[in-house]
Amino acid sequence: MSIICDHVTYYYGKGTSDEVCALKDVSFQIKDGEYVGLIGHTGCGKSTLVQHLNGLLKASSGHIYYNGADIYDEDYRMKELRGRVGLVFQYPEHQLFEESVFKDVAFGPANLGLSKSEAELRSYEALKSVGLQDEYFYVSPFDLSGGQKRRVAIAGVLALKPEVLILDEPTAGLDPEGRDEILGLVKRLHQEGITIILVSHSMEDVADNAGRVIVMDKGEILMNGTPESVFTRIGDLEKIGLAAPGVTYIMHKLKERGIPVETGATTLDMAREEILRVFAG
Amino acid sequence: MAIVEAEKLAYEYIRRDDEGNVDGVVRALDGVDLKVERGQFIAVLGGNGSGKSTLAKHINAILYPAEGTVTVDGLDTSKEENIWEIRQKAGMVFQNPDNQIIGSVVEEDVGFGPENMGIPTKEIWERVDESLKILGMDEYRKHSPSRLSGGQKQRVAIAGVVAMHPSCIIMDEPTAMLDPSGRREVIRAARALNDVEKITVILITHYMEEVIHADRVFVMDHGRIAMSGTPREIFSRVEELKKLRLDVPQATMLSYELKAAGLPLPDGILSEEELVDKLCQLYVTM
Repeated sequence: MSIICDHVTYYYGKGTSDEVCALKDVSFQIKDGEYVGLIGHTGCGKSTLVQHLNGLLKASSGHIYYNGADIYDEDYRMKELRGRVGLVFQYPEHQLFEESVFKDVAFGPANLGLSKSEAELRSYEALKSVGLQDEYFYVSPFDLSGGQKRRVAIAGVLALKPEVLILDEPTAGLDPEGRDEILGLVKRLHQEGITIILVSHSMEDVADNAGRVIVMDKGEILMNGTPESVFTRIGDLEKIGLAAPGVTYIMHKLKERGIPVETGATTLDMAREEILRVFAG
Repeated sequence: MAIVEAEKLAYEYIRRDDEGNVDGVVRALDGVDLKVERGQFIAVLGGNGSGKSTLAKHINAILYPAEGTVTVDGLDTSKEENIWEIRQKAGMVFQNPDNQIIGSVVEEDVGFGPENMGIPTKEIWERVDESLKILGMDEYRKHSPSRLSGGQKQRVAIAGVVAMHPSCIIMDEPTAMLDPSGRREVIRAARALNDVEKITVILITHYMEEVIHADRVFVMDHGRIAMSGTPREIFSRVEELKKLRLDVPQATMLSYELKAAGLPLPDGILSEEELVDKLCQLYVTM
């Protein structure tokens, strides 16, 4: 079971004088249970791409297959897809609107056509899952802190019981601990079997969490591989406005200065172990 | 004389219900004492809700103190007659560039501030030229801001503030929404404004790496200044920072862990270059 993007091209304003090609012949596959990081500078097409994966935007040409079925088939049930592939937008807390946290999270499942009791059960489970304490369930979502609001917004998507969770910059604007809380939550959801696609401007967060990294530039996929294989191409990444994690730079600089380290480290733990190995040697 | 000075500053957000009765009070600032000298590069760190932005809004008189005083270049922000002068002296740059840009052409946007101050047209254009050059956005002056990258938009927003000839610029998480190259552009611009133009910069951020060149760092917690010192002093206190929902730069964390594992490294290493230098020195002596 998987998501397959097959030669997907997308134009904004197709047929007008302002036509912009936002995705150019994009092909890739994401398998069940993967944790994929999607990186690229502002305007590279990341957000456009993820909106295709749950059918919010329809490709100008090409196909997208979800679990083997072409989502552009006439009899494909798009509404079901939106429940299975959950999308958490940037600054999702701006979309909270209900009078209580509990009602806000129950809105999605109710909208899928579930009964009131089932929707409420899902709301309860989702809020528990993001670690929000019971005492906050009936307060207005607008009275919560930034990190809490964001967790409530994520719960709103989890209440749809998605198989795939796409998060667009889920840690933007959060303090370091808030960032760790959200990434810890996403990691746990991944361990529980949800496929994760993390869109991020933080190379460190991607390197620490993703098993595979897809790099986009100007609507095309430029690299697709393990964090080690992608982040070792520092020059190529900088050319397109990206970077490698801080520790990768440290390893490369050590190597340049003649210290025999392997430069593949992308996380703090990997860098520490490699430096200790060389210094113990 | 200090350019910005806060004494025993306190501020409360008061929430009211539909009838206007007080529903709750949040003390966002609680006895802040802070002094910023002219020409300094200051960084303010703190968790979400620690009071950083509330403090920033006091410095250009968007908010007034409930208790205590704030002065900018000797002017008391609570006196209404000072407001316009204070807003010209202390410019502000916010997180989202899209909310700050109003002109449909870059140069018009940058000229809006000085025009609003009643500056003669000829001088407005001189100021626009100068600010766009300082921010490295001169070649984009005829562009539409909507077609610029996040880092470029933010530099246009900063140019708009610079055109008002402020003595001090407060930047409230200016890089939070930017990609790595946008972040680099904005931080480089902020440092150049300080180094070359001698403008005092107060940078609020959640990115620890952006703080390492500051002259002084203030760490806020629960509306108070919890720590203050040079970046090296602050980032030597890893455990305390963690308790305040903060972090240290990745190079500092790696040094800290290497030291804990037995490598004889000094405390408070800040940059990648510094760590590489120290490791190289250590390697030769092995």
